Amino acid sequence: MAVITMRDALNDALREELARDPDVFLMGEEVAEYQGAYKVTRGLLEEFGAKRVIDTPITELGFAGLGVGAAMAGLRPIIEFMTFNFSILATDQIINSAAKMLYMSGGQFKIPIVFRGPGGSAYQVSSQHSQALESWYAYFPGLKVVMPSTPADAKGLLKSAIRDDDPVIFIEQERMYGMKGEVPEEDDFTIPLGVAEVKREGTDATIIARSLMVPAALKAAEELEKDGISCEVIDPRTIRPLDIETIVQSVQKTNRVVIAEESHPFCGVGGEISAEIHEQAFDYLDAPVKRVSAADVPMPYAKNLEQLAIPDFLQIVAAVKEVAYV
Amino acid sequence: MSSQRTQRQENSEAAARTAAGVMDEPARKDASDILSEDRDTLLKMFHQMLLIRRFEEKCAESYSLGKIGGFCHLYIGQEAVAVGAISALRPEDYVITSYREHGQAIAKGISPQAVMAELYGKATGCSKGKGGSMHLFDARVNFMGGHAIVGGQIPLATGIAFASKYQETDQVTVCFFGEAAVNQGAFHESLNMAQLWRLPCIYLCENNMYGMGTSAQRAMSMDDVATKACAYELAAEFVDGMDVVAMRRATQRAVERARDHSLPTLIEARTYRYMGHSMSDPGKYRTRAEIEKYQERDPIKLFRAKLEENDLLTEDDVKQFEEQVREEVERAVKFADESPEPAPEELATDVYANPLR
Repeated sequence: MAVITMRDALNDALREELARDPDVFLMGEEVAEYQGAYKVTRGLLEEFGAKRVIDTPITELGFAGLGVGAAMAGLRPIIEFMTFNFSILATDQIINSAAKMLYMSGGQFKIPIVFRGPGGSAYQVSSQHSQALESWYAYFPGLKVVMPSTPADAKGLLKSAIRDDDPVIFIEQERMYGMKGEVPEEDDFTIPLGVAEVKREGTDATIIARSLMVPAALKAAEELEKDGISCEVIDPRTIRPLDIETIVQSVQKTNRVVIAEESHPFCGVGGEISAEIHEQAFDYLDAPVKRVSAADVPMPYAKNLEQLAIPDFLQIVAAVKEVAYV
Repeated sequence: MSSQRTQRQENSEAAARTAAGVMDEPARKDASDILSEDRDTLLKMFHQMLLIRRFEEKCAESYSLGKIGGFCHLYIGQEAVAVGAISALRPEDYVITSYREHGQAIAKGISPQAVMAELYGKATGCSKGKGGSMHLFDARVNFMGGHAIVGGQIPLATGIAFASKYQETDQVTVCFFGEAAVNQGAFHESLNMAQLWRLPCIYLCENNMYGMGTSAQRAMSMDDVATKACAYELAAEFVDGMDVVAMRRATQRAVERARDHSLPTLIEARTYRYMGHSMSDPGKYRTRAEIEKYQERDPIKLFRAKLEENDLLTEDDVKQFEEQVREEVERAVKFADESPEPAPEELATDVYANPLR
């Protein structure tokens, strides 16, 4: 296995899929000549040319809709948002066009498109550039939502997302682009969408975490091990459709749950997972499900305030102790 | 580089002429000359206009009988725009439009039965009863849908045209929208990309003077939509949307520009809707006299007179067409009435192409 960064794993996935299927093209702000605002698309213009790696004007609604239209006519667009914060401008096309087209056309027009880019918190970029939007997109039937937490997952899931026939919201984490990990070198390595992974096995409590919170949860699990508390860490990887079976199986074993997320708590994905656990595994719970979320405030700029807004492993440790009554 | 510069200059000059209200020479010729057209083509257009008119009248009736639900936006008064424009296309060309799309759907080749069944919410409808009046689709005739967020179809059209260029087909996309959509960012973002990337897309604005109950004068800082093409150096034309032959000719020119030169065009068709915005609109924002004024230039009446003047149509022909159309509409209603509702299992199908779970 090669040890590479999340950025390079994503770059490999894009390169392999562009090479594999001539209907795939990549479009977004600064993806071509600038080589990507976060260098995820480095080298792709040179390899695939300006027909397939396309710089756009700053016109998110326009190029998101252009992508959906191109998908209606048989192409497989990858639309990069420089950050998902800017996807807010494109939500009409993502929600009203991409998510609903297959249904309202009575099954005639599938939309095989990937909207991808970094989401969640960055470093001191304040309120408009640091937010987690997965609960918005996961709300809508018709969309799939994927959030990788390792370079291997990033590569395998992105390749599957590009091959999927439905619109996929693929949210990377800006703080994780430089994170290194092992990625299988096998030909055509993919990971199916909709399948959670147990990132660490344990017996006393289940921590459900995604994206940036997965490394935090694993670190918390290590800390808790020292206190004799064995934690299972589950990464759903795909938020919609959610692999609730894997989560429920774990809850049946550990009877205690902490959900860690860097999004706002209110109407969030954590709330949904908690509700599903209550509906499907209530009798197995020995304590109320506990959420660890971002502060319910817009992201502040000041470094100390920002640190207070984003959950860290210590909060997860405290939450596990709370549900374990220790 | 130099040829691109020339193209830009040409567009700029064409747009400037439009802005100045100057009609190009061919546009002036359109107004009177129909003899160069094949009689069968003209009569097919006449038949389609009449069919759409009677179809829409029947929709109004069915709506008041409770057979059609939701919103229902009728096309009466605007028939020349859809029929003239779509007559200039090849079957493989794409059409995409807004929620006032029964006319375009029929003109593009969806059967009146399949359209009426969709309005009735039946399984045999062109969107299996899942779309309704505002979301008619038919992949077989490249009818890419009615879309119900004002202006939402404009970026989609741009993407369809992008795909045709990418796939190196010579298909053309025509995107219909009302003048109120021009105030949306989607319109401006699309025109910029289309000209920047030379996409074979025809943006066809049906200026029917009202965005729901708000007159264009109360919503736009300028009167002419076509003029806005200047901002993006797009070729533009201003057309009498009550004249079906003028619509056909203007669209033919735009099609040539798209197919042969991969360039977009903005067409502004001046037209008028006789009915309310939707069936629930009592129309108190305009006078009966205003409606009657436009009805004097009714597109079907104008076309009929022109055909008769040129000995291409007789009163007997008109009677025959009326009879034929009456039967077609009756057949559509009977088909819709007798068709089954979608099966309950249909509720959960077509959400995902690969459902995964």
